[in-house]
Amino acid sequence: MTRSVVITGLGPISGLGIGIESTWQGAVDGRSAVGPCRAFDASPFPCPYVAEVPAAFKPRDFVPRSYRKATKIMARDIELAVAAAELAARDAHLTTRATAAGGEDESSYPPHRMGAQIGAGLIAADLDELTAALDKARDEAGGFDIRKWGREGMHELTPLWLLKYLPNMLACHVTIVHDAQGPSNTITCTESSAGLSLGEAMHVIGRGGADACFCGGLESRLNLMSMMRQTFSERYLRLESGSDADPAATVRPFDADAAGCVPGEGGAILILESEETFLKRKASQPDARAYARVAGFAASQTVNPATRNRTPDPEGDAIAAAARRAIHKAGISPDAVDLIVPFGCAMPDYDRAEAAALRRVFGSALGGIRICSSKAMAGLVGAGSGGIDLSLAAQAVFEQKLPAVINCDEPIEGLDAAAGPARAAGIRNALVLSTGLGGQNTACVLQHIET
Amino acid sequence: MNTTHSPRPRIVITGIGWVTPLGHAVESVWQRMLAGESGVGPITRFDASTFPTRFCAHVRDYDWRTFVRDAALHEGVLPNTAFALGAASQAWRDAGLDRFDAEGGLDRDRLGLYLGCGEGVIDFDSYVGSNLAGWDADQNTVDAARWYAAAARSMDAVTELEQEANMPLAHLAMEFGVRGPAYNCLTACAASTQAIGEATEVMRLGDADVMITGGAHTMIHPLGVTGFNRLTALSTRNESPETASRPFTADRDGFVLGEGAGIVILETLDHARRRGATILGEVLGYGASADAYRVTDMHPEGRGPLAAMQQALDDAGLTPAEIDYISVHGTSTHENDYAETRAIKRLFGERAPRVPMSSVKSMIGHLIAAAGVVETIVCVLAMRDQTVPPTINLHNPDPECDLDYVPNTARQVPVRTCLNNNYGFGGQNNTLILRRFE
Repeated sequence: MTRSVVITGLGPISGLGIGIESTWQGAVDGRSAVGPCRAFDASPFPCPYVAEVPAAFKPRDFVPRSYRKATKIMARDIELAVAAAELAARDAHLTTRATAAGGEDESSYPPHRMGAQIGAGLIAADLDELTAALDKARDEAGGFDIRKWGREGMHELTPLWLLKYLPNMLACHVTIVHDAQGPSNTITCTESSAGLSLGEAMHVIGRGGADACFCGGLESRLNLMSMMRQTFSERYLRLESGSDADPAATVRPFDADAAGCVPGEGGAILILESEETFLKRKASQPDARAYARVAGFAASQTVNPATRNRTPDPEGDAIAAAARRAIHKAGISPDAVDLIVPFGCAMPDYDRAEAAALRRVFGSALGGIRICSSKAMAGLVGAGSGGIDLSLAAQAVFEQKLPAVINCDEPIEGLDAAAGPARAAGIRNALVLSTGLGGQNTACVLQHIET
Repeated sequence: MNTTHSPRPRIVITGIGWVTPLGHAVESVWQRMLAGESGVGPITRFDASTFPTRFCAHVRDYDWRTFVRDAALHEGVLPNTAFALGAASQAWRDAGLDRFDAEGGLDRDRLGLYLGCGEGVIDFDSYVGSNLAGWDADQNTVDAARWYAAAARSMDAVTELEQEANMPLAHLAMEFGVRGPAYNCLTACAASTQAIGEATEVMRLGDADVMITGGAHTMIHPLGVTGFNRLTALSTRNESPETASRPFTADRDGFVLGEGAGIVILETLDHARRRGATILGEVLGYGASADAYRVTDMHPEGRGPLAAMQQALDDAGLTPAEIDYISVHGTSTHENDYAETRAIKRLFGERAPRVPMSSVKSMIGHLIAAAGVVETIVCVLAMRDQTVPPTINLHNPDPECDLDYVPNTARQVPVRTCLNNNYGFGGQNNTLILRRFE
């Protein structure tokens, strides 16, 4: 018998906002964060629009004073993770080494009972820093001379250079900041990373390996190399040069005019806890709350050799398999699902495959289930995407409110995915889906907790 | 044993395969390890003649195409995927899953993947060329328009996308038709050990009957060697590469980069028995912990490694007295070998000096994310042959490292139960406990 697991803290960061309050407000208002890129000049790319974290975000604000020196070896992805973990821990009223008020407070859990399962992407090196060193290794013709690199160039790099870019450095810094010494893992499956991390955290807690876990995922794709690689993935919009399209209207999940997504940055850390230990701690911390129960989780793999697994099979076979298994594990029937937060990345072949999968799982009941994709607002955030989606779903289940949907005027037939305002609704269960480039799929059922 | 206390399924190993610097077949590599051979030599894949470290343990004469069913599915793969395909194909056949599948026995929704593979090798020439083309020396920055123009001209779409760490998953899924749960974890040098442990947990939970698990990695490329050289983590014993990986010696000066892959097929005992599979060993216990100490240093008392070993023993329902052999992480860095020795002493107490333990990294170098699974396979073979491989180059032991590291010569010894440790930068600690199947 595995232990029941609940979500008790949300730390989303994205173009929609920093922390759950502004993120949720953005989703309720239906605000798109899509616009021109501040971080660098993205105008040469076929998709010059991005969903960027607000300029007000200052990573140092989220790092304990005693640990600020370490920010020098944090890539953007790591900064986002450390900040999201801080937001999530505070949201959960979880006392850790970092959030303890005066250092006197007893931590909510012993260090070895706190784990971390965090999704990460392929972290891109800071090109200015690296190229300044490469520039020192040019031959007489101006080209790169690897012998000169070995002799001189490489020594320009800071000794800890490599450690800025190891994917497990998100979890490394989070575990140090919060003194989480339990099981720790880093999942690297592009857009399904956060979903897989949540599933694994649920199982770690379920089997008694920890009482609380930091899970989710963060990534920034707002740099030249990540933009280039993702451009090759052919999942982004391609705008005509000089296009005067309204950026906020460009990403159109499930719409007849859907033509791709935009890159974003951010993601979320969520705090998962054993329901039993959470209720014990809540007795002395009445402000702590459980947003939702993680009732069912399943993962699956697509086999679609026609595109080397870069897109789902047209029938959404593997997506449907994951969704069915997650619903089955939650011990509910499909008609107990009232909200679907889909992958919904606004690429027509992905959207059609996902729609086909949902039709197979829900049959004629599908038309009555609201489908809210976050991608029109927050873009495609790699390993962070699932974190944003899980946070929004958890908040929706807690508030009993459906977020707004934008940019879908003519939805794929049979889907309740048309644009519309946020509204109160009974949400017994939310189904959250993700699909990674490479074909890993996750499905997760978040269940309303009756109070 | 725990089966009497808990209804969770027993998880067994039914197939193994690897691609290593000592070769690409299970038996020949194993014999070379028992003979104490070194796979270390000069770096040949790029001009490292001026690098602080100019040697490594390369995989040699390897062609993934000879292992797969349809090479067209995999054209353009990068080394990690190439290594993984060879190791997985060996393991698949070793487990008899090719025959079982041909007879129509395999339920693909119950077939999963859990790998610990590294990031793909960056396309160095186009990357460096684009960066330099975009460099604006006056502003000390890369100009986006110039960079983009060079990148769009020189970069190849397949090569760029294949660098994602989950691409070995995508290719193995196509090769074997995997439709069940699929994960890739990347916890530095502990990744493939963690993958095997978490695959075990996925199966204990009932989410799969068969899982393909392990890992693949190379960091033998200009920026990989640069990164480790800057960290001063690599040996620079350029005058004597074959003796450079010398764990537990007084004059060790860092690890030696290796590369390759290892794959094990895990199966529930019920499934393995139903199809009459040969059972090579059982995964009895798994432990994972974080040091949560410092980004660069291990806790000097081996706090995290100790916690991982203790968890794995608890999970297996064993005491330290029941461990017959330890495959140590034993990287040949000053810090690791000291901290690991401390942790083993704390856990095993007075018995610590009497437990044989060895590091095959002394022969094949450090396969980074793939190190753990290769060492897991070493444990499986040690249990089969009742023989443990040596730690070579161990002629000048560190007085602080005074345990039985099976110096220089393989040894026949009763091996029923093994413990396998792996640790990663960032404070990742993972331990597996394996037992001969009875």
